[in-house]
Amino acid sequence: MDEALLRSLTPGVIGILVRRGADFAAAEDAVQDALLEAVRVWPADPPRDPKGWLVTVAWRKFIDATRAESARRRREDLVDAEPEPGPASDVDDTLQLYFLCAHPSLTPSSAVALTLRAVGGLTTRQIAQAYLVPEATMAQRISRAKKTVSGVRFDQPGDVATVLRVLYLVFNEGYSGDVDLAAEAIRLTRQLAAAIDHPEVAGLLALMLLHHARRASRTADDGSLVALADQDRSRWDTAMIAEGVEILQAALAQDRLGEFQAQAAIAALHCDAPEAAETDWVQIVEWYDELAALTDSPVVRLNRAVAVGEADGPRAGLKALGELDDSLPRYTAVAAYLHERDGDEQTAARLYAEAAKKAANLAEREYLTRQAARLNRKSPPHP
Amino acid sequence: MAKYLLLKHYRGAPAAVNDVPMDQWSQDEITAHLQYMRDFAAKLQATGEYVGEQALAPEGTWVRYDGEGKPPVTDGPFAETKDLIAGWMVIDVDSYERAVELAGELSAAPGKDGKPIHEWLELRPFYGNAPTITE
Repeated sequence: MDEALLRSLTPGVIGILVRRGADFAAAEDAVQDALLEAVRVWPADPPRDPKGWLVTVAWRKFIDATRAESARRRREDLVDAEPEPGPASDVDDTLQLYFLCAHPSLTPSSAVALTLRAVGGLTTRQIAQAYLVPEATMAQRISRAKKTVSGVRFDQPGDVATVLRVLYLVFNEGYSGDVDLAAEAIRLTRQLAAAIDHPEVAGLLALMLLHHARRASRTADDGSLVALADQDRSRWDTAMIAEGVEILQAALAQDRLGEFQAQAAIAALHCDAPEAAETDWVQIVEWYDELAALTDSPVVRLNRAVAVGEADGPRAGLKALGELDDSLPRYTAVAAYLHERDGDEQTAARLYAEAAKKAANLAEREYLTRQAARLNRKSPPHP
Repeated sequence: MAKYLLLKHYRGAPAAVNDVPMDQWSQDEITAHLQYMRDFAAKLQATGEYVGEQALAPEGTWVRYDGEGKPPVTDGPFAETKDLIAGWMVIDVDSYERAVELAGELSAAPGKDGKPIHEWLELRPFYGNAPTITE
């Protein structure tokens, strides 16, 4: 059974139930139950019309759940409270679900969880495993999120930027457990791009593809990080890179630049270099300037300092770095790298060791510790 | 979305404000304290921020490898000066500020005379996943 196809039907089926008068929370529960039943029943008895099957079963489950509750709340009231189901396409329903699940009233973790369940069709257990929390905790997080958005009208226009932030978070979390969150984020962003023509949606999709294409080379067999310059570029997925570049070019042609397009442009320039030494750092610096103008993010300016160090030499990079706040995450790691490039290995070794203590994750800490150890072997620190 | 460890100490933490040991509380004060701890965990379960918790016995042993073919060496009991962990709770929250807020709430658990203990708790971030996008 094609689980991806099954899950891709989720938002459309929820949309139909909502248009028939179910409230979002109940519709989402009913569709989730229908998905579980599909997983059970379809392998032996595949339906001719998968979506029709899901709608029928989900609607039955919704009616059963509503009847069970009818002493407290009559169905007639429920139907009356909802707007008349107007004509709407699947595409509209899908888009509305993205907006609802990324509603600004939700915390980032709630928006992520709700998006993965209601739009992605993942089970609570799968989401819990991916984020390493107990299933009961994730169930509560999702149920609270549904309560938070219960007053939001389904047909209300939403903000694409909030949806993109949620999808970016899912992608960047990477890979843990059974569910490949990066692949799931790409699937959801692809689906969003099909529902709405927006250059930043395309930009984010391109960004994800241009990073995902290099995933195999980012870590060694033992799980340790491999720096971009040391990656085996023959392991990059060239078809995925080509797709990312094509999507990015079409987005840039719309002449409405945004941060995801600019980030994707930087990723594309890295992907374009057959050897690290052939990287077009001058253009990358220019894109960082664009990005800094768009976001004013200190992290962007930190990455820009690295690029300046490559384009104009480590002294220029250190100068650019010197203009930034030294309490930024990864500041010390960048300083260490630039000092090493400048030939000052003792300073670099000391800074790598210091950066390792400030690392935000274990892979980065181990990487930085190894850099310090490598330089300390070459030129031992003064006693 | 970050995990934090809240550590409670038998000893080794700075002194609490209401620093009277539990064996000198009334039965009702003990009941109120335990109820507060259960309520706190239940509340975090309901907000979707709870990951887990365990209490640890105060006794323990130092253990180390002693070479090929030899049983590990043990040493104990712990010296009185050792930092001694009493228990842990893991939470999964949206921000550092939220983690501090929750730790403060846990530290307000009632002790002697039903007044908050103001116990010092150790708050430690977990390492997260390495982000995919770094350039």
